[in-house]
Amino acid sequence: MDNKRQPMLVRLWRDPVWRAIFFQVLLILAVVAMVGWVVNNTLSNLEQRGISTGFDFLSQSAGFGIIQTLVEYDESHSFGRTFLVGLLNTLLVSFLGVIFATVLGFLMGVARLSSNWMLSKLASVYIEIFRNIPLLLQIFFWYFAVLGILPSPRQSFSLFDAIFLNVRGISLPWPILDSGMVMVAWTLLACCVAVLVLIFFNKQHRKNTGRPVPYIKAIMVSIVVLIPMMTGFLADARLQWEIPALRGFNFSGGLVVLPELAALWFALTIYTAAFIAEVVRSGIESVNKGQKEAAAALGLKPRRVLSLVVIPQAMRVIIPPLTNQYLNLIKNSSLATAIGYPDLVSVFAGTTLNQTGQAVEVIAMTMAVYLTISLTVSVLMNLYNRWVSLVER
Amino acid sequence: MEKMVREGKDPTSPVIKLNGVNKWYGSFHVLRDINLDVVRGEKIVICGPSGSGKSTLIRCINALEEHQEGQIIVDGTELNRDLKNIEKVRREVGMVFQQFNLFPHLTVLENCTLAPVWVRKTAKKEAEKTAMEYLERVRIPDQADKFPGQLSGGQQQRVAIARSLCMNPEIMLFDEPTSALDPEMIKEVLDVMVELANEGMTMICVTHEMGFAKTVADRMIFMDQGQIVEEATPDIFFNSPESERTKEFLGQILSH
Repeated sequence: MDNKRQPMLVRLWRDPVWRAIFFQVLLILAVVAMVGWVVNNTLSNLEQRGISTGFDFLSQSAGFGIIQTLVEYDESHSFGRTFLVGLLNTLLVSFLGVIFATVLGFLMGVARLSSNWMLSKLASVYIEIFRNIPLLLQIFFWYFAVLGILPSPRQSFSLFDAIFLNVRGISLPWPILDSGMVMVAWTLLACCVAVLVLIFFNKQHRKNTGRPVPYIKAIMVSIVVLIPMMTGFLADARLQWEIPALRGFNFSGGLVVLPELAALWFALTIYTAAFIAEVVRSGIESVNKGQKEAAAALGLKPRRVLSLVVIPQAMRVIIPPLTNQYLNLIKNSSLATAIGYPDLVSVFAGTTLNQTGQAVEVIAMTMAVYLTISLTVSVLMNLYNRWVSLVER
Repeated sequence: MEKMVREGKDPTSPVIKLNGVNKWYGSFHVLRDINLDVVRGEKIVICGPSGSGKSTLIRCINALEEHQEGQIIVDGTELNRDLKNIEKVRREVGMVFQQFNLFPHLTVLENCTLAPVWVRKTAKKEAEKTAMEYLERVRIPDQADKFPGQLSGGQQQRVAIARSLCMNPEIMLFDEPTSALDPEMIKEVLDVMVELANEGMTMICVTHEMGFAKTVADRMIFMDQGQIVEEATPDIFFNSPESERTKEFLGQILSH
C-alpha cells in the first residue's frame, strides 16, 4: 500500500524513529511525575508531623562516644563530625579490604591453575568454602567464634611481651615520634619514592639494554636503609616505642586494632578474595593456549610467559568483574553495623539518625557517599581498562 | 659453516635425532616408534591425513609436547625432564604456528624484540635494528608500529616468521603455516619460506602445499596413524611411492 495515502498519525506511528521518541517522552513524563509525587508527599508528611527539614542538625552537639576515631572526636563534637568519623572508618576498612583481597585473590587464582596438585586443590577448597557461606555469617564467625573467645586482657596471648592478643583486640607497639624521627620518617618516604623511580628506570634500562642496572638491588637497599639511618644519626633521632602495658583491667598505650575492625576486615578480605580468585582464574584461562605456546617456543621462562604475555592479556578480562568485586566489598562494609564497628552506616545512618530523626537528610547523605565512592572507583578502573585494552582493526 | 667449525660442531652429523620415540594421549598411541635424523641445512616436508601425528611430532622437537619413550636430541642437547635443556633447545629452534599466535597486546616490532630482549639479553636498540632487518626481509617494515589485530592473515604469518628469525635460530619448525590463510595470501607466505630455504636454514614443515614441497624439500615424509609410512626424495615420493597408503593420499590431494 502506498504510504502517502495513510493519515499523518498512522504514518508517524509506523516510523520507528518517531515511535521511539514518543515512548521516550512518555517515560520521562512518568519518571518526573513519580519523583514529584514522592517529594511532595514526603514534604507534606514531614510538615504534618512537625519535623523540620534541612541540614542544621549537622552543627548540633552529638553527645555520644565512638569506639574508633581516626580524627579527634568526643561527645562534645557535632553530628557533622560523626559523619566524618564514620566516613573515615568506612574508607579505612574498605581500603584495607581491597588491598588484601586483591593480593590474596590473585595468589589464590594463580594457585588454582598451578600444576602442583596440592596447591591447586587447596586453592579450590578455599574458594569453594568462603564464597558459599554468607558474608554476615563470616563476620559473626570472626567476631564471635574467633576473636570473641580470646582470653581476657590479664591472660593475653603475647609475642615478645610487645604484641598482645586478647578479647579487647590486638595491641601493637607504636612509635613515639620526636622531631628527629619525624625527619627520618620524611626521609624514608622520600627514599621510597626514589626507589620507585629507580625501579621504573631499571625497567626501562632492562628494556633498552636487556640487562638490569648493575648492583640495582644493593643500590636500592642501601638507599632505603642507609640514608634514613644517616639522617637519624645526624638529627640525633631517638626511636621510642610505646609498648602496650596492662593497667588495671586493660592494656593502654600502643596501637590497638579493635576486634570489630579485625573481624570485619578479615571477613571482607577472605570472602571477596575467593571471588577475585575466580575472576583471575577465568581471566588467565581466557588467554588462548597458543599464546603460551608461542611465548614458550621463543624460549621465555614460564614466569616470563605469565608476566609478559598471559597476565597483560588477562587483565582486560579481569578488570570489569574485579571492579564489581571492589564495589561489592565497599558496599558490604556496611554490614559493620551487625558487630558494632563504627562505619558510616552504623554511626551516621544509625546512631545519628536515631538521635536527630532527620531520616531523609541522613539517608540521602549516606547514599550519596556510597554512590560517590563507587563511581570514583568505577571511573578509575575504567580508565585503567581503556589503557590496557587491545587495538583491533 | 665457519661458525659450526668454530663451535666444534660436525656439519655432517645430524642436528636433530629422534630415536624410537613413542607418545600416548591417555590410551591413544599418537606417535609409534619414530626414528628420524635431520642434518644441518636439510629441508623436510611432512604430510599426512589429519590425526596422523605430524603436528605432534614437530611439537615434540621443541618440547611443546612431552614424549614418553625414546630419545630426542636437538643440536647436541637431549630433551628430558631438565628444564634448562628444554629452554636451551627452544632458544635455538624457531616455530611458526597455524594460527600465527602473535601477541595481540604488543606492536609488530615489540613482538619481534620480546624474546631477544628477555631471553638473549640483547640491547633493545640492537634488537629493534635486527627486527627491522627481518621485517624488511618478509616485506612489511612499514607495519612495524601496528598491532597484530590491524594486519591481514598473510601479514601476520610473515610477522610470526620474522619474530622467530629474530632469535637467530638454527632450526625452523613450520606447523601448517598456510592452512589458516585465504588463498590469495598463501603465496606471500610461501615465497618467504622458499627464500629462507634457499638461504640454507634447517627446516621441518608440516604442510599440504605440494608445490612448495616439490620446490624446496630434500626429503618427504608421509605419516599415518602415528607412524612414518614413507620417507623419500620428492622425485621418488611424488612419482613412484612405495606404499599403497601414500599413493591413496597423494591421489586424493593431487586429483584437483
